[in-house]
Order: sequence, then structure tokens, then C-alpha cells
Amino acid sequence: MVNPLMAKADLGRFGDRAFKGLTLAMALSVFVLIVVIGAELARGSGVAIRQFGWRFLISSDWDPVNEKFGALPFIFGTLVSSAIGLLLAVPLSIGTAVYLTELAPLWIRQPLTIFIELLAAVPSVIFGLWGIFVMVPWLSQNLFPLLQKTLGFLPLFQGPILGPSVLAGGIIVAIMVLPIITSVSREILRSVPDLQREAAYALGATRWEVTRIAVLSYARKGLFGAVILGLGRALGETMAVTMVIGNSPQIAKSLFAPGYTLASVVANEFSEATTDTYLSALFAIGLVLLGVTVLVNGLAQLLLKTFAGPGLKPQN
Amino acid sequence: MTVTNHRWRKTTNVFMQTLASLCAVLVILPLLLVFFHLVSQGASSINWTFLTRLPKPVGEIGGGMANAIAGTFTLMLLASLLGVPVGVLGGIFLSEYTHRRLNRWIRFTADVLNGVPSITWGMVVYGLLVVPLVLPCRGTVRSVDPAKPVLTVLDAAGTAQEFEVDANTRWDLDGRHQMKSLRPGTDLIIWYHSSGDGQVADHINSASAWRLGVLAIMGLHNSVSGFSALAGATVLGLMMIPLILRTTEEVLQLVPTGYREAALALGIAHWRMIAQIVVRTAMKGIVTGVLLALARVAGETAPLLFTAFGNAYWTHRLTEPIAALPLQIFNYAISPYDDWHRQAWAGALVLILLVSAINLGVRTLTRDRFSQRKT
Repeated sequence: MVNPLMAKADLGRFGDRAFKGLTLAMALSVFVLIVVIGAELARGSGVAIRQFGWRFLISSDWDPVNEKFGALPFIFGTLVSSAIGLLLAVPLSIGTAVYLTELAPLWIRQPLTIFIELLAAVPSVIFGLWGIFVMVPWLSQNLFPLLQKTLGFLPLFQGPILGPSVLAGGIIVAIMVLPIITSVSREILRSVPDLQREAAYALGATRWEVTRIAVLSYARKGLFGAVILGLGRALGETMAVTMVIGNSPQIAKSLFAPGYTLASVVANEFSEATTDTYLSALFAIGLVLLGVTVLVNGLAQLLLKTFAGPGLKPQN
Repeated sequence: MTVTNHRWRKTTNVFMQTLASLCAVLVILPLLLVFFHLVSQGASSINWTFLTRLPKPVGEIGGGMANAIAGTFTLMLLASLLGVPVGVLGGIFLSEYTHRRLNRWIRFTADVLNGVPSITWGMVVYGLLVVPLVLPCRGTVRSVDPAKPVLTVLDAAGTAQEFEVDANTRWDLDGRHQMKSLRPGTDLIIWYHSSGDGQVADHINSASAWRLGVLAIMGLHNSVSGFSALAGATVLGLMMIPLILRTTEEVLQLVPTGYREAALALGIAHWRMIAQIVVRTAMKGIVTGVLLALARVAGETAPLLFTAFGNAYWTHRLTEPIAALPLQIFNYAISPYDDWHRQAWAGALVLILLVSAINLGVRTLTRDRFSQRKT
């Protein structure tokens, strides 16, 4: 007669192993996924890579009819719209994060946080819709002419104003990355030990000085990580940008000129790619996009991990 | 000079505080503007017709987005079938079984996956699920030309179709693997893709009864294209996995260790302790995570562009293309028709109401969650 306790332990052991195996298999799926993503994109872009090689990245020819493909206009468009987006979003986000954690009255903090979370929840295509029908017309009638009048001596602001432009794309990217930079910055600022603030107050600093000296300098690395995370998001932003950037594969000096991003060209032309080379070129663009976003996001994660978290070491 | 810069410091202080509050105002401004326009432009168009009718043909006024709304719900349901089990179980592993280095790498990879652009997900699933499901041709051999080499086949409709055979073509003719072993009249199933100005055979099968049966079950004998609801649901489900993985892990970490120790002390098997005690305690948080992932995925357009593809009619089979709300909004918005623009606003309002409902539902679920600082 088997000891009942031993019998249970045996069952438990098999159940333990099975359960652990099951959950392990599910967790390992992330590795499978990332490998599959990379492999599938590499496989799809094989034809284009064999045909164009590295010239793909530096050629600015995008000619589906003659089957000549170069990704430079899209790299340019993505970089410019992301740069403008970050330039606009980072000061606003960090300012808001500072406001939320240091300066705002307590009753405002929760509703404001909810607002920002709602902003993050709005789907990209809805921002694009609003962008096409509200933002771009308003910009081309109000802000853009104003910019051209005041800053028109710069080649950046010369040229015809059509509406859809890299500048419009940059602005909408800024709106899309605001919530993520704000929330992550807020978490970073909250994790700064109160001791730092109290020490500054004890030395007679004003509220702003406490923020500047004790909080912001301490949180510099984490805030940088938040910005890089926002950059990662900006690079991959597809729908809203596609709808306002003009979708024209050109490299122009003016910010008012239409542009094209890596993600937008794939979104627009993928289902209409008639030949193998065309489709493969789009896969190659997807591969470039994947590579860049994985690098940027990986960097952001590293920066954030070495900074954030309760019980962190006070030295660098 | 340095003694009395009090005024300077005070002014800077006030100035900076005002600036910071201005930042906060500017940040919520786009949200307010978008909501305002959504309601003003879209609210008037949401009526019973809009919610229950199919879209009208191009250019005609009227119609609705019933299939898109139903499509979004269908896709979300199917995506959950993939995303929830894998994500939750994976999160359980991360939280309950400690393998320092492995877990760190899993977390890192999951976070990287969360940052992969949604359009890239779409391209990958396109390559995996859309392309292989495209257009099998079932027909009888008419002639074989080994010189080019080209295979001419009479399909079910009686049209002669030509297929180029190249080095990549896979032959699977029940033992015979040569082009020259084909006789006119042989029944074949040919999987092919269009290339340049012709069709290239990818895979040539004999039309055995069980193959035809499988095709019929999958609904592929009628499929017009490889775009399918299954592909759309798969890409959304895959996107949900890393999201749910991380949120489940974080929630399970919050369950006090005492619960685990008490359960083990009472003699419960380890896996039962996890499955029945820890997970049950954290259930509300897990559901929250799933709902948040659903809300995120409901609004995704880019990955659906070449997986689900969109449909002007009801979808009857999962292997057919399916309409979805974000897709419909996008297509209508970039169209030149005013009536479609109006419907795009209405659709967008429905979508944002759906997403907000999920998010606010999550908020009420987590209302009694305490936080240490009141910020």
C-alpha cells in the first residue's frame, strides 16, 4: 500500500514539471517571435538585397516602374519627422512630468494623469483623421504662413505651402509620443529619493531649484532613457504620419515640402506591389525599420534598467 | 551682487512653475481638440443605419459600418484566444520560477517586442500566413513544355492557366517528382504566386481526395486571395503576447509571498499553489492587463492592412478578408468622397468610445488599488 503522502508528492512532481514546462514554453515564445520576425523580413528582402546591396540605403531613386529602389528618401523622412517630433515633445513632456511630480497641487495630479493615459490610448488612425481634416488645414492657413513670414530667411521655411508636409508629420509624431515620454519621465522622477529633495530644501532652495538641482540632475540618465523610448516610438509611427506627411519620396530642404517615411511607404504600397523586386524592396525597408527600432528600444531599455527601480544604488 | 539675488531666484521660480503648468496644458490640448472634433463631426452620423448597415458602393451616399464594427469585435475575440493563454502562462513562468539570467533575457526580449512597429508585425504575418494561403489552382494538365519550362493547366472554370516552373518549385506527386512524368489529364493542385508578368508555381501537389478535403474544410477552394480574418487575428494576437506577458508578471509579483508559503506549508503541490492560489489572487490584475492589451490592439490599423485587408461585405469564413473599424476609417479618410469622410468621423467616434470604455472599465477595476504616494 503506497503511503498516501508519497502518492500525492509523486503526482505533484509530475504536475510541477508539466506546469513548469508549459509556462516555460509559453515564455520562450518571445524568443521564437523575435527570431521569426527577423527571419521572415530577411527572407522577404533577399531579392532586393541581392540586387541592390548597400546602395539600397544611399540611393534616392524610388521608381517602381523601372524597378529601381532606394531607401534614402524614406530614411530622411523618418529621421526628420522623428527629430521634429522629439524636439517638440521632449521639453513639453519633461515639463509636464516635472509639473505632475513636483509642482502641481495634489488635486490636479490624478485627473491630469488620467488625461495623459487617455491620450496614449487614442489610436493612431484617429489622430491621422483629425490631422488630415483639422490640423493640416489649420496649419497651412495659420502657423505655416506665419513661420514663413518670420523665419523665411532660412531655407527650412521657404518653398510652397501645400499642407501635408514633413513639418506636419513631425507635429503629429510629437503628439503621439508625448504620453509615453511623459509617463516614463514621471515614473523616473517619482523614483528619485525624497532625501535628495529634502536636502536641497534644507539648504534653502526654491521649488524650481530643488527640481533643477536635486531631481533633474539625479534623474538625467533615466530621463534620457525615456527620450530614447519616445524616439523608438516615433520611428515606428505609421498611420497618423502617413495621413499628414504627403507621401512623396523626395528629399527637400523645406520643412513645408511633403515627405515619406519608412513605415508610410510600406503601409501605402505593400498591397499594390506588383513584382517580386518591388515587394522585396518593401520588405527590405521593413528590415531597416526593424533594425533601427530594435536598436533604439534596446538602448532605451538598458538606460532605464540601469536607472529605475526601488532600492537602486545611489551612485551612477 | 551675489548677496541679493533673491528677487532673481524668486522670479525664476515663479516663471518656471508657470512654464511647467503651461506644458501640462499644451499636452492635454491635442486630446481635447481631437475629442471635440470627433464629437462635433461624428456624433450626428451615428444612427441605427450606421450601426447596422453595410457600406454602400463607392460614391453612393449612405450605408454604414456594421461589418467593420463586427469585424473589430471578431478580431479582438480571436486574437485573445492566441494572446491571452500564451501571455498569461508566460507571465506566470517569469514571476514564479526564478532563473535569473533566463528571466532577464525574456523580459528584455518582451520589451523589445513591445517596441517593434506594428506594420512590421503585419509584414511578418503576411509572409507567414497570407502568401502561403494564396490561390491554389486545381486543374488538369493540358500540356507540358520542358524547354521553358512551363506547365499549362485547365482549371475548374475551363480556362487554360500557365505556370512557370523554376528551381524553387516543390513537387509532391506521391512519389513522382519530375516534370516529365506528368501526363495530360493528371489532376493537380498548384500553389503559385504572381510575379512580373506571369505565374510561378511554388508547390505542385497531386489532387488526392484528402488534400481536396482539407482545402474544402479550410475554405480555400473558394478563396480569392490570401488575406483572411485568421491572419488578422494572428497578428493582433501575437502583438498581445509581450504586452500581457509583462503585465501578468508584474501583477503576480504583487501577490504576497506569505500566500505562497502558507499554501506550500499546507502541502499543496507547487503547481496547484501557483494555479489556484497565486493566479486566483491576482486575477483582477491579470484581467486588467488583458483588457489594456485589447484596447491597444483594437485601434491598430497598420498590421491589418495586409492581413485582414478589409471587406465591403460580411465575412462568412475565417479564411476570407474581414473589415475592421480602424481599417475602414483609414480607407474612408484618404478617399475623395465627402460622405465617406463623414462616415470616417463617425467610425472614429465609435472606435474611441470602444477604446475609452475598455480603459475606463480598467480604471474602475483597479480603483481600490492603493498607491504609496498620492501622485
